[in-house]
Amino acid sequence: MTPVLAKRVIPCLDVRDGRVVKGVRFEGLRDMGDPAEAAARYDAEGADEIALLDITASHERRGTLLDVVERTAKATFVPLTVGGGVRDEADVEALLAAGADKVSVNTRAVEHPELVGAAARRWGCQAIVVAIDAKRRGDGWEVFVHGGRTPTGKDAIAWSREVADLGAGEILLTSMDRDGTKDGYDLALVRAVSDAVSVPVIASGGVGSPAHLAAGLLEGRASAVLAASIFHEGTCTIGEVKRYLSAAGIPVRASEQAA
Amino acid sequence: MTDPTASTKGPIGVIDYGVNNVGSVVNALRRAGVLPVVVKDEAGVRAASALVLPGVGSFDTGVKNLREMGMFDAIKDRVANEKVPLMGICLGMQLLSRGSEEGTLEGLGLVPATTRRFAFEGENKKLKVPHMGWNETRCSDADFFQGLLDDETRFYYVHSYHVVCDEAGDVAATCRYGLDFTAAVHRGHVFGTQFHPEKSHRFGVRTLGNFVRIIGHG
Repeated sequence: MTPVLAKRVIPCLDVRDGRVVKGVRFEGLRDMGDPAEAAARYDAEGADEIALLDITASHERRGTLLDVVERTAKATFVPLTVGGGVRDEADVEALLAAGADKVSVNTRAVEHPELVGAAARRWGCQAIVVAIDAKRRGDGWEVFVHGGRTPTGKDAIAWSREVADLGAGEILLTSMDRDGTKDGYDLALVRAVSDAVSVPVIASGGVGSPAHLAAGLLEGRASAVLAASIFHEGTCTIGEVKRYLSAAGIPVRASEQAA
Repeated sequence: MTDPTASTKGPIGVIDYGVNNVGSVVNALRRAGVLPVVVKDEAGVRAASALVLPGVGSFDTGVKNLREMGMFDAIKDRVANEKVPLMGICLGMQLLSRGSEEGTLEGLGLVPATTRRFAFEGENKKLKVPHMGWNETRCSDADFFQGLLDDETRFYYVHSYHVVCDEAGDVAATCRYGLDFTAAVHRGHVFGTQFHPEKSHRFGVRTLGNFVRIIGHG
């Protein structure tokens, strides 16, 4: 068989004040443990990448995040993507220096799109991810910023194309309507963005079962699937997800191979 | 203990030339069982008993930084003349070649090879560059890839250029992305991986462990 790139399974840790939290539709947060410990567990189970999204409200507590990133990078041996509150090149630089392989930019990409291009030129497009939070509006989807609180009037598909042209190496696409609901991805959104851009799209928001992940890859045509609560709450392990995807004919990196 | 020239009197030096964070490579080498030091100047290169050259970024920036930091000639001298073992990773492997289509500067020339950009034809033109992600890798060098000769061995790649060796015997592993390209090289005491062992989980740690074992640090 011709080798093909594996579809990636990415557990996401939402971090606030140095702790893993999880809420529904961006609200009602619960404490779910230490990020580095959780990341090490996912790494051992076969995660293809780890995402840390900082939702700490205050920028003054940035030091906490850098410490978490440093500890997480030391505890894992797969790529680490970190985002949340990234404002400028200095923030990108600090996160990369702390051990992140990729930095994700959200609000600031909308406010200052030139940051995406500048960062991509400086560190390579593979290091720059643009995170897009989208909410259904009529026939399309609108981009929201500030953790989903502020509408931008921007169309999510057009914005995806724009950031890919600016130099984003990947798009982390979250459906705000589905986030935390366990109803599955907004597949129409994932498909529309995946078809619109040539960079990899990571589907996010709404996963409640391995079938939802398979749908994101097959119907949504995403390159990678991100989920949080199904892993945190022990609904399934990364290994179980990989076996499910493999049985569905999706190329994945086997997690239980002996090395 | 296969390389009689390997000295155990100095540590393995991980070369930091400002093109990426060397922390993850140091971390993975520790997991593989050694305590490397970070090397940033000629004296560091001279003191190490083996060298690891990681790196992401552009070819010319890599060459320029190594030269400006006084390490380029020292690396060449120690590896070519003193037979100090070296392992290049990603850009570090490309820097082992004579030069790259990505730039105009001369590489280290420690492996007879050139570095080319991915150029696809026909159906493959839709393939994305950089090649990024976990890809199956056919490892043929039984020593460098001991325990990793399985068909489904996947490593993590992020690159837009690939090394083309003059001599087929220097190719230690291949990977397919639109075309078959060289995933790893092994020529005497010089090793290289296009993938990132430090980000390739246990297979990556095993690869680093094999390097450490072959050069007599294991």
